[in-house]
Amino acid sequence: MGLLTSEHLASIGVAEPSIDVEISRRDIQKYAAATEQQQHRYIQGDEAPPMFIFNLFSPISALADMRTDGIARSKVAGPKLPLKRIMAGGTQINQHRPIKPGDRLIGTRKITDMYEKQGSTGPLIFTVRSLAITNAQGELVLEEIQTSIAR
Amino acid sequence: MSTDLNKKLEKDVVIEKLTVGTELPQRQHTATNVSLFMYNAAVWNHHRIHYDETYTTQVEGHPAIVIDGPLQGDWLSQAALNWAGAQGSVTSFGYSNRKASYLGEVLTSGGSVSAIDVPKRRVELTLFIKNEAGEVVTPGTASVSFK
Repeated sequence: MGLLTSEHLASIGVAEPSIDVEISRRDIQKYAAATEQQQHRYIQGDEAPPMFIFNLFSPISALADMRTDGIARSKVAGPKLPLKRIMAGGTQINQHRPIKPGDRLIGTRKITDMYEKQGSTGPLIFTVRSLAITNAQGELVLEEIQTSIAR
Repeated sequence: MSTDLNKKLEKDVVIEKLTVGTELPQRQHTATNVSLFMYNAAVWNHHRIHYDETYTTQVEGHPAIVIDGPLQGDWLSQAALNWAGAQGSVTSFGYSNRKASYLGEVLTSGGSVSAIDVPKRRVELTLFIKNEAGEVVTPGTASVSFK
């Protein structure tokens, strides 16, 4: 297929700038309500469910920076993909410590793999990103491997 | 949530009494425009396929608003978290979004025990999100450690 260039492949392994996030009880409560959590510790915001970290360490972009599809131009580091329709592909999470309100966390993302496949409706580009989350003490809190699919 | 439901969720799993194939409780999930708005606001996801029907169907070619893959991942993780209760800790889980699901579909989360290691107090789970046709749209796994 050859949709990925050497420039795309050169972005593999390059860490994006780390993002610091202070965990808010109210944000956990909002997430818990939206996802219909059933455990008190999540509903009351005493602890964040593991998937709370989805998108938590993405840059926040200005409205003027949004593409037609609503995804921020600057959200994805590295060269632009030739396929623009993005879908979630899956996630692997290893949690080492609970996430609680008041925690100050540092997330560092990088692309770990990019590859092409032929789908039933055309070519697909898979981008795999790792996210490592540490706390203020430098301890590893959570690791995530996330795959997105461009079609 | 009622106290009764929390008591049920907090009911201890006795690892010694588990067998491979033990099924987790199943739960139905019906996304709505409101719930998808709440979810995408909570995770700060502004991708239009989750709230703009005209754009989603006419530009991106989907049949309807797309239910977020990570939201299905959350529902899948809840199947493990709620089953594990207070005595269990979900140390890892993963899922793969194999087929898109759309607003109006009723999805079901569930799973079963796939391996048990009593000395290490560890249980492996196979998880799923199924659609109304019974297709597994999001398969997953989880590892649970018990006290």
